[in-house]
Amino acid sequence: MTPNQLMFAIFSAVIIIFSILTVTSRRILRAATYLLFVLVATGGMYFLLRFNYLAAIQLALYAGGIVVLIIFSILLTSHIAEKLEKPGLKKIIPAFLAAAGGALISIATILQHNFPAEVVSGGDRTNITMIAKSLISTEKYGYALPFEVISILLLAAMVGAIILAKKRKD
Amino acid sequence: MVDFSYTVWILLIPLIMFVVVGLFGNRFKPLVSGIAGTAGLFVMWILSLITAYKYFFVLEKAADGSFQKLLAFNMRWLNLTDTLHIDMGVLLDPISIMMLIVITTVSFMVHVYSIGYMDGEKGFMRFFATLSLFSFSMLGLVVATNLFQMYIFWELVGVSSYLLIGFYYTRDSAVAASKKAFIVTRFADLGFLIGILMLSFSTGTFDFLTLTGANSPAFSSGTGILFLGLSTMTWSMIFIFMGGAGKSAMFPLHIWLPDAMEGPTPVSALIHAATMVVAGVYLVARLFPIYIFAAPVALDVVMYVGAFSSIFAAIIACTQFDIKRVLAYSTMSQIGMMMFALGVSGYGGHEGLGYMASMFHLFTHAFFKSLLFLGAGAIIHAVHTNVMNEMGGLRKYLPITHATFLIACLAIAGIPPLSGFFSKDEILAAGHDKSMLLYIVESIVSGLTAFYMFRLYFSIFWGKETHYHHTPHEASKTMTIPLMLLAVGALLAGLIPFSMFVSSDRMPFHSHIEMGIAIPAVLVGLIGIFTAMLFYRKETSLPDKIYNALGGFSKAAFHKFYIDEVYLFITKKIIFNYISRPIAWFDRHIVDGAMNGIAYVTNETSEGIKRFQSGQLQHYALVFVSGVILFTLLFTYLLTN
Amino acid sequence: MFEGVPLHWFLITGTIMFFVGIYGFLVRKNLITILMSIELILNSVNINFVAFNKILYPDHLEGMFFSLFIIAVAAAEAAVVIAIIINIYRRLVSINVEKMDEMKY
Repeated sequence: MTPNQLMFAIFSAVIIIFSILTVTSRRILRAATYLLFVLVATGGMYFLLRFNYLAAIQLALYAGGIVVLIIFSILLTSHIAEKLEKPGLKKIIPAFLAAAGGALISIATILQHNFPAEVVSGGDRTNITMIAKSLISTEKYGYALPFEVISILLLAAMVGAIILAKKRKD
Repeated sequence: MVDFSYTVWILLIPLIMFVVVGLFGNRFKPLVSGIAGTAGLFVMWILSLITAYKYFFVLEKAADGSFQKLLAFNMRWLNLTDTLHIDMGVLLDPISIMMLIVITTVSFMVHVYSIGYMDGEKGFMRFFATLSLFSFSMLGLVVATNLFQMYIFWELVGVSSYLLIGFYYTRDSAVAASKKAFIVTRFADLGFLIGILMLSFSTGTFDFLTLTGANSPAFSSGTGILFLGLSTMTWSMIFIFMGGAGKSAMFPLHIWLPDAMEGPTPVSALIHAATMVVAGVYLVARLFPIYIFAAPVALDVVMYVGAFSSIFAAIIACTQFDIKRVLAYSTMSQIGMMMFALGVSGYGGHEGLGYMASMFHLFTHAFFKSLLFLGAGAIIHAVHTNVMNEMGGLRKYLPITHATFLIACLAIAGIPPLSGFFSKDEILAAGHDKSMLLYIVESIVSGLTAFYMFRLYFSIFWGKETHYHHTPHEASKTMTIPLMLLAVGALLAGLIPFSMFVSSDRMPFHSHIEMGIAIPAVLVGLIGIFTAMLFYRKETSLPDKIYNALGGFSKAAFHKFYIDEVYLFITKKIIFNYISRPIAWFDRHIVDGAMNGIAYVTNETSEGIKRFQSGQLQHYALVFVSGVILFTLLFTYLLTN
Repeated sequence: MFEGVPLHWFLITGTIMFFVGIYGFLVRKNLITILMSIELILNSVNINFVAFNKILYPDHLEGMFFSLFIIAVAAAEAAVVIAIIINIYRRLVSINVEKMDEMKY
């Protein structure tokens, strides 16, 4: 087992175990913490694949931003000590069947498919300069338009979030 | 070449007045809108007079010496096909110019009169706005360059007439009368529209210049037999005449006219005496070449309908007591005479005497009939009743009204040298040339006219002394001045050498008074007058005796020959019971039933399946995910060969 | 194969994470935990994109940019969702998804 394989195994195990814990934990704050682990492990995956910038974004935005946001909202809306009620079997069984069935089909499909056996090796070929240039480039493989669109979306989301969360006067 | 393009302003001024007065009139004192409307009308009147002068005396005549037909203004409005298009424009020829003069003159007088008559009425501004709308539509009708423009303005005239008849909309009878007028004329206009469509279908044009020109397509096309042995062209002209008969209150579409007297009296004077009701006559005159050359049978229909309407209305007029109704029937009778004159007319020169007589009578009738109505308005204003039995001896109180009313009565009775004499004489002469029987009928009508007009006159101004609640007094200056001006018109309009201006082929010719016709006509008129004097000058029981002696006939005449009842019977008993009810049943049970059935099935089905829409987000998601998985399974594994 | 790790492995990890997210979405009642499930789903997709990008098209950057944009969208979405949750909480004093069934028949 190469070190890479080992790292992958660890990240993968963390992701799978903690995501299952995230959706099953009956303490909501713990679920949020497990989610944080999952997100960090995903960031690790990116590191493994040598997408350093993306990994940094993942850690900063997801782990640092979104999880904190989620925890805030938990604190606003729930009691920490409170345990979530157990979902009934009527809900668990169909959901489990659907999820397991879907997972099985997908995994079977993935395993059946022959991906090209190309061996790619390391080195982060992306540096921030390149990413930045791509983001504002209007040529082929340039992402100026999506970049602008996403900026507008973020702005709209921000305004929308403020409007929605604002206390109404009436 | 004389420029006539300014004539479009004769049309636009009232439209602008309508919009301005209608929208902003209530910002000012009511009098302002009255004066504004009157001022607009005055400008139009001057413009019309200038136009007439320029047209008849300045504009050079066509090569053959006739008056030209010219398009003063034209605008293509709707293109239907390459040849068929609807234009908006101004067509000037002798009859449209004559109508311009008639309409603007009478309308101007009525405007001035209304300032006094309508003073203090609620809706003063609305009255003047609608009056402007009416002037606009009526003028648009007479200067129309094509049938479709005429039809559009024809309907606009109907609408403004509806609005004016229903002016006192809080009064049930006025509302009913306006609805009646609108529905009856609308029904007639259906015929008009069918006629237009048939005519334009076979000729491929709406244009008057083409339709009535020398090589009109109407003369060559549509000659095939269509139905009942009559050609397409004949049928279309009969249908078009149906529209004209509706507007001009010809039998049997006349029933709306007497009821239309519910409107304010100036409206009756303008619309239901001088202008709108002669639109039918004008229509027939406008299409006269087609009538005479392509559809002589239709022209005979015009003649018989006109003659019958005139005698029919004259008889009813003798039995009515409401003064405005007498005048309404008198109008109908006079219009019947105009139609009759058109019907007997030939084409060209002296042959076309009837045509010229009809237009002449239209012209003079406009003066004396609007004068009569305005006089009646002044009387009603003074004594607050419409019924002649409640009047009497008014000559002392209303000297000006009395004098002008007398002039108008003499004019309509055909006493020389007043205007009515000349035009009526021409009509009788034209009728004499064509048919002896109808000539006699029209002579009787003429005698009856004299009789009922003087019956009216003597009952109002002479007769028994009646005590009024308060002493009647002469109306204000704004009301008496128009009366006097119109009286001048009624006196002198007949002296115009009309045949020099208006004739069937637009070629001036000399007409003269035939003593053989004129003397009997005047005698008949005098007999009528003296009979009326005998009966009504002093209170006698003679009229009642005659009324009773005639028994059923006079009773029928008093009840307007039960035409209204016949209509009611046809609509209520026959149409409602045997046509409308089955249709209503079909609609209610079959059509609605099908709809209700569909709705019922839909409703039941949705009741059954609505529980699927539980509002539970996770149910939806589960179904969605399962669906996606199932489809993936289906398309990637089960359905691949 | 990337330095000894086959593409399959990444994909299978992503798939499992995805369906765990789906399961959570279907089962959890608390709106915030549902939001967490959605974050799991988005992340699993990101892993797939990145792995495909690195292993199949090492010279391109599309997968990475997709992930980048997804992260941005996820951030925006989280902000809006939390605003909505707070709003709902104010109104119903609960964020139980089963109680939000006003839009049923």
